[in-house]
Amino acid sequence: MKKLGLLKQFLRGNGTAYTAGIVFMIIGQLLSLANTFVIGVIIDSVIGEILPEGIAYRGLLILGGREHLMQNLWICGLVLVSFSVINGIFMFLSRKYSAIASEGIAKKIRMDLYEHLQNSTYLYNTNIKTGDMMQRCTSDLETVRNFLATQFQDLVRCIVLIVASVTVMGKLNTTLTLAGFSLIPFIGLGAFFFFKYVSKMFLLADEAEGAMSTVIEENLSGMRIVRSCATQSRETEKFIKSSVDYRNKDLKITVAFAWYWGLSDAICQLQIGIVLVTGIFLAVRGSISVGMLTVFMTYVTNLIWPIRGMGRVLGDMGKANVALGRIKEVLDAPREPGSDDKGLTPDIEGQITFEDVSFAYTADNEVLKNVSFSIEKGKTLAILGRTGSGKSTLLHMLVGLLPYEKGSIKVDGIELKDINKKHLRKNIGIVLQEPFLFSKTIKENISDNNPEITDEDIENATTIASVDQAIKNFEKGYDTMVGEKGVTLSGGQKQRVAIARTLINNCKVLIFDDSLSAVDMQTDKNIRNALKKHCAGTTTILISHRINTLRQADLILVMEDGQITDRGTHNELIQREGLYKQVYDMQSCVLQMEKAGE
Amino acid sequence: MEQDNKEIFNKSIDVNLWRKVMKYLGRYWKHVMGIIIAMVIQAATDATFPLFTEYAIDNFIANKTTEGVILFAVLFVVLLILKGLTIYIFIYLADRLWHLVSHDIRVDGFMKLQELSFSYYDRNATGSLFTRITSDVGRLTGIISWGLVDMIWAISMITMMTVFMFMKNTKITLVVLTVVPVLVVISIFFQKRILFYSREARRYNSIITSGFSEGIQGATTSKTLVREESHINEFEKKTDDMKTAAVKSAVYSGLFFPIVSILGIVGTSLAVWQGGVMILGEVITVGTLTLFILYTLQFFNPINDMARVFANFQSSQAAGERIMALLEAEIDIKDSDEVIQKYGKITPDMPVPKLKGSIRFEDVSFQYKEGEKVLETFNLDVEPGQCIALVGETGSGKTTIVNLACRFYEPTEGTIYVDGEDYKKIPLMYIHKNLGYMLQSPHLFSGTIMDNIRYGKEDATDEDVMNAAKMVEAHDFIMKFEDGYNHVISKGGGGISTGQKQLICIARAIVNDPCIFVLDEATSSVDTQTEKVVQRAISKVLSNRTSFVVAHRLSTIREADKILVIDKGHVIEQGSHDELMELKGHYYNLYTNQFIEDSNKDIFGTPELIPAECQ
Repeated sequence: MKKLGLLKQFLRGNGTAYTAGIVFMIIGQLLSLANTFVIGVIIDSVIGEILPEGIAYRGLLILGGREHLMQNLWICGLVLVSFSVINGIFMFLSRKYSAIASEGIAKKIRMDLYEHLQNSTYLYNTNIKTGDMMQRCTSDLETVRNFLATQFQDLVRCIVLIVASVTVMGKLNTTLTLAGFSLIPFIGLGAFFFFKYVSKMFLLADEAEGAMSTVIEENLSGMRIVRSCATQSRETEKFIKSSVDYRNKDLKITVAFAWYWGLSDAICQLQIGIVLVTGIFLAVRGSISVGMLTVFMTYVTNLIWPIRGMGRVLGDMGKANVALGRIKEVLDAPREPGSDDKGLTPDIEGQITFEDVSFAYTADNEVLKNVSFSIEKGKTLAILGRTGSGKSTLLHMLVGLLPYEKGSIKVDGIELKDINKKHLRKNIGIVLQEPFLFSKTIKENISDNNPEITDEDIENATTIASVDQAIKNFEKGYDTMVGEKGVTLSGGQKQRVAIARTLINNCKVLIFDDSLSAVDMQTDKNIRNALKKHCAGTTTILISHRINTLRQADLILVMEDGQITDRGTHNELIQREGLYKQVYDMQSCVLQMEKAGE
Repeated sequence: MEQDNKEIFNKSIDVNLWRKVMKYLGRYWKHVMGIIIAMVIQAATDATFPLFTEYAIDNFIANKTTEGVILFAVLFVVLLILKGLTIYIFIYLADRLWHLVSHDIRVDGFMKLQELSFSYYDRNATGSLFTRITSDVGRLTGIISWGLVDMIWAISMITMMTVFMFMKNTKITLVVLTVVPVLVVISIFFQKRILFYSREARRYNSIITSGFSEGIQGATTSKTLVREESHINEFEKKTDDMKTAAVKSAVYSGLFFPIVSILGIVGTSLAVWQGGVMILGEVITVGTLTLFILYTLQFFNPINDMARVFANFQSSQAAGERIMALLEAEIDIKDSDEVIQKYGKITPDMPVPKLKGSIRFEDVSFQYKEGEKVLETFNLDVEPGQCIALVGETGSGKTTIVNLACRFYEPTEGTIYVDGEDYKKIPLMYIHKNLGYMLQSPHLFSGTIMDNIRYGKEDATDEDVMNAAKMVEAHDFIMKFEDGYNHVISKGGGGISTGQKQLICIARAIVNDPCIFVLDEATSSVDTQTEKVVQRAISKVLSNRTSFVVAHRLSTIREADKILVIDKGHVIEQGSHDELMELKGHYYNLYTNQFIEDSNKDIFGTPELIPAECQ
């Protein structure tokens, strides 16, 4: 069973605390059983006149014998209190260590998942369904944590309680023990089946709640439509209907629970009653003492509730198994090869060669076919092509996001595969078309809290990316939070912050994956000019649809269906028919206008 | 909400707030009474069970007789049935009360949201409004009804146990009760802290959740920037915080329960000490001593319950405040008394006269916040049937103008005239019911396509709906669905593309036939083919209607009667397309940019938004 191996992995580093928690818990439970027994002995042999046996007898002698204790009953009280203090200490230690262990385990699972997600392959990452993955990282994790922290412990406690109680009770009186356990199995089974049964009802109620939430969401997000269509009362009716439906489903659960708690409580009480009445008969016959009857009553009472809870735990156990399986799936996903410290770390200059490189996501569908080109250090390469022509794939391979199987990619003559991935990416920076900004401040997004990066560096980068002024216009400047808790940046601002963020790494090669698409042409131009000035020795590769951007490149590649169908400089390409010229013709009237406007 | 965790526990109970909340319980006073009665009986049975043990010891065992055991057993069973019954009743009633009151408050909240002005929506994020009428309401009413249950039980239980004990023996009772004040103080001390740290843990938990969300969505970005390590380290800090808070919370509750049970045992010991002496002096019986022991062993339960209820009430006060703030929010835009006097109270369901559709802004200024003018002395004259295109960057004030024209806002200074009359002097519904609105992201409601197109005009016939759909060229794709117009659009979209959604929205506007139409144009996310269809549909809906378009499409802009270029709340350029092109100013730049984007789309087909491998 591989899942067990995973559990072991999670326990690593927390095993001692976990075991300690369980051991302390067992000691605590035993002590509390003993405490009850002491009360019984006091009733029987100090206040009553029955001569105790075994340990109880010795205990009595140590404390000075019955006569002495009778005169000084406070000693008995003190014994009880000290027992419960020791018991309390163990209970506390048990809870403390269990918490340390289970929170430690939760932390370990969280870190394992997070670390794995950071180092899984690019292909795996892009195919993740965020909602589903979030569920695995939160509620599935919580289910597993809860199983280890609470449910497993409850299980152990229950077993300890049953074994210990049965042992003590069995020694005292077999008949009463049998009477004491006559209903307990039913209580456990009842709970088990009930919780299996209601979980379906909960599902229905959850769905109804979801439907109600949808009505609210649609209403709130379409409020302008609602107002202009004047459908407020119809919307309200619709909402009331969904809310009533949800309420009614909840009320069904209510009835089920009312039955369950009412009935199960009565049965539990009946179990105690059975012990009491049987006990009366036995005591009258003299086969059990008053004190021991009290012990029985307390033991049975203390057993009933955990066993009722037990039924629930067992009913829920399946969920923990499923959740663990779902977490395992994530951790079993492929890791990015070479995300460790292996590989070469040469000084990268920026000369790049592609030789007969092909790539396919699925075996029969090549997105790149025998692509070859080369670019010298400090030069600019531009790529034009339709969506799906393979241009992004090509760039993603260059930063090692996608592996190449056929052909060869060389950086400064060194095979790309042999270079350490992190080293490679520190030297070859890529700005993605739809950049993701983290919900931190703009400054943190750019500097990543690296102490070596000064405010001046940051401002330099933002100035080149033409976003300095926009940032300064925010109320909190560079300390503005990005995203939900702060400002929502426009598409163009996001792209420009992303450019600044990449520039800060001082890469030898810069790749722009159509990452100026959302900024206007003037800003586009400003950024390009600034780059040329400040990053003169940097090799630049860019994807764009703007002739004005493309025309300045030293080499332009035209890509169609995974192949390079044309290459050359702007002046060469506009001489021949083809995609480039087509685009050029379309945009030339605007280009004319722009020139005239300058 | 979670930041003020510390404050929550320093606040005293706001009686006024709770009185308002309690009003919602008024309608269900029978439930409340039922719960009170059930809980008193419940407590009585709980306090009576130990008496059975006492009786058994003193009468059967001590006298060595089983005479009357049958009656004893029968009474025991009767009592346990009574207890089971009261449990059934209180769970039934309390849960019902919870769900019924939740429903009532939810509905009130929802209805209020239908009336509130848009300024309220600007001040409060949709997400927070959503939480208020869902989870906040649930939590608050849950705490009220279950708090009631626990409170009544605890009070009755303590009272009854005390009374029974006093009846048995005053001296032992007095000695035993000395533990109670200590129990109370300790319970309150711990319950507050336990709740505090569990809220802290919850807060960290939500931080971790968003950490995961970022980690998943930003994984590629982290890779390309080589930030895996630093992100893992950051995340580790978060998980450490979470661990610390959770362990602290566990330590407090881990301390609490042993301490409380030790105190219980102290009570027991006191009973053994005092009681034992009395047995030896034959003042009380062994049974009575057992009774005292049984009582002292469970004394802390009700006290603990009360402390918990108290802490819960305190912590849910914030939720109560949020809900009440919504229910009592001021509606800024409503008909003035004079208007109501003149026209009567006009509700959304009443028919209203058709407007001609002339709109005039006269020296209109507007500010959302004091001192931050987003629009200054703005003037505009719109003839009936004219189309006004608004262009400019995000946040320039385009939407404000539209909101003012729709009377979703009213000007801070100046006047807006609709059909020649100050629109504050005519009923709000006259304007709203003559409006058509199309949002940037097409908004559909769950339901069939038919329902959606008919949305604004319930009495439209199927034929009206189909005509509208044909007009916007949506009929064909609708008929391609197996169930045609009865195709259900679900939350996810239900196999309908964005472009098709736009067409359905336009059809809806056509059926509704408004005389003022507002279009917040999408920054094109559909393919060229659909785009053209959408454009044709839009020009149909715009014709012969006064319209405001927050425009992105060149075709729409060019066809407008007047184009306003807005920057920082001012109109910087205005006129027709040709006039503005002549100027070679701001509009000219915007236009050329847009032209390239549009022409690219012609060549490249689909817009370059999503990388192919992710599609």
